[in-house]
Amino acid sequence: MAGNFPDDLRYTASDEWVRREGAELVSGITAFASDQLGDVVYIQLPDTGKHFAKGDPFGEIESVKAVSDLYLPVAGEIVATNQELDQNPGLVNDDPYGRGWIIRLRPDNLADFESLLDASGYEQSTTERA
Amino acid sequence: MSYLPHTPGERQEMLEAIGVESVDDLFANVPRDLLSGPPKIPAGLSEMEVLRLIDGLASKNQDLEHRPSFLGAGAYLHYIPSAVGAVTGRSEFYTSYTPYQAEVSQGTLQVIYEYQTMIAELTGLDVSNASLYDAATAMVEASTMAINETGRGKIAIGTGVHPEYRAVLRTYMTGQGFELTEIDEPWVSDPASVGQALDDTTAGLIVQSPNFWGAIEPMAQLSDVAHAHGALLIAVVNPISLSLLAPPGEYGADLAVGCGQPLGIPLQYGGPYLGMIAARSDLVRRLPGRIAGATVDKQGRRGYVLTLQAREQHIRREKATSNICTNHALMALAATVYLSLMGKEGLREVANLCLQKAHYAAQLVSAIPGLSMAYDAPFFNEFTVQTPVPATEVNRFLLSRDIVGGYDLARAAPGLDNYLILAFTEMTTRQEIDDLAATLRDLLPEQASAGSQAALQGAGTRGKA
Repeated sequence: MAGNFPDDLRYTASDEWVRREGAELVSGITAFASDQLGDVVYIQLPDTGKHFAKGDPFGEIESVKAVSDLYLPVAGEIVATNQELDQNPGLVNDDPYGRGWIIRLRPDNLADFESLLDASGYEQSTTERA
Repeated sequence: MSYLPHTPGERQEMLEAIGVESVDDLFANVPRDLLSGPPKIPAGLSEMEVLRLIDGLASKNQDLEHRPSFLGAGAYLHYIPSAVGAVTGRSEFYTSYTPYQAEVSQGTLQVIYEYQTMIAELTGLDVSNASLYDAATAMVEASTMAINETGRGKIAIGTGVHPEYRAVLRTYMTGQGFELTEIDEPWVSDPASVGQALDDTTAGLIVQSPNFWGAIEPMAQLSDVAHAHGALLIAVVNPISLSLLAPPGEYGADLAVGCGQPLGIPLQYGGPYLGMIAARSDLVRRLPGRIAGATVDKQGRRGYVLTLQAREQHIRREKATSNICTNHALMALAATVYLSLMGKEGLREVANLCLQKAHYAAQLVSAIPGLSMAYDAPFFNEFTVQTPVPATEVNRFLLSRDIVGGYDLARAAPGLDNYLILAFTEMTTRQEIDDLAATLRDLLPEQASAGSQAALQGAGTRGKA
């Protein structure tokens, strides 16, 4: 799993990935993070319409081992959450960058996206922790 | 009790180990005037004579084995089948400590699993945990769950909830900076006025039914009132009553808590008792303490595991939703054995006997001039009666006739000095109820002149409970 970091995504040091789709951003947790967590059994999603600052915990992800916070990569408003995760939280393990997406947000400032880590920067942060 | 020999040398060794000079030093914290000193046993008595002397002294104690009692108010004298003690006394259960390496203790986990199943069935809710210490802390945990679930910081509670539980809740809420609305409504709740005490910052409404005074609350309506404000309903229940009354799950309660003492646990100076907590399934991740689950092993054999523990404080301390991570395993075992022995029918019979006896007693007692029911509402195993003289005096008179009276409401609140809660179980005999009524009749003519005056005063003061 480690080493699976698509180039078209941006990343945070707290293991979120972000994809730009027009004026909105889609985010989830990286393959590295889901591998470290183990089998994900529950994800507590935020209400849509809620606004969070960059780095705010917006939800929780629970694996068989532990519960971890989910942090917002950039400031913005939640416009959608992945309802499929309620029934099938394992999608985060199986397809972290696809069907395992967690939130869609409208960033306060789209330029914030550019300031996130790129794939090689993030990969380096994971090798330092491995 | 067995004879436990120890020599003066051994006594000295023990005193040295704990760092005191003499046995008397161990009582240094007890005020002198409360100490009776060593029993006055004349020198030169034989073992048989000493035993007779001590037995004579011990028989002066008022105990429930030899005197009828009408004390309830949260703890009840129910019959405990002998098999309960036979199972709980087995060393596999009695001496084993909490299973930290849980899965090697399959027997303990199975008991917890059975207990949870029974509590869930009894309350009509989806999930129960492995138990908590007592009803008061279970009520606190339920309140915290409601606060976390709704993201609101206020709990509303009626005065019909046991005053000791309310005192514990007050401590926790104050300590954590949450707001507590205490709805002062004696005897039975009016859903409309409870509704006025709630708003859109209320996380939960706590109602006890049968309430502290014995009255059955309009739970379905109170549930609607709580939900209309987006608050959760926390029901405080007596487990025995649930075989007759609608269970919390049926009237829409989100959480149910209560004291499991009536389920095979003897009255023992306030504890250890048993805290029950059950919830709707979508609240399971906020349920504190342990939860046992059933699964299958590699070879497909049934096994039990602790589950849904990711929020326990030993796993994720800073995010823990509670500081509870153990349970009252031995007490939960007693409740499990009791419930399996009674079965659905047996439990309903016990409940029915409590109900019948309380109603028979209410008829007799309320027919006595000067005594009246405190409220006009349905009740289960106990009721509150208004007395023309302070309840303390009634109890003193009853005790002089070898009857342990009821719960004196002056203990719970000033202004309720003339109210007594009388409780009845399947252990109460008809003869005992007849004797109670006859004794009360004996008392009241004696107090007739003083009594009428007290009654006039009492009528105007309902006070806060």
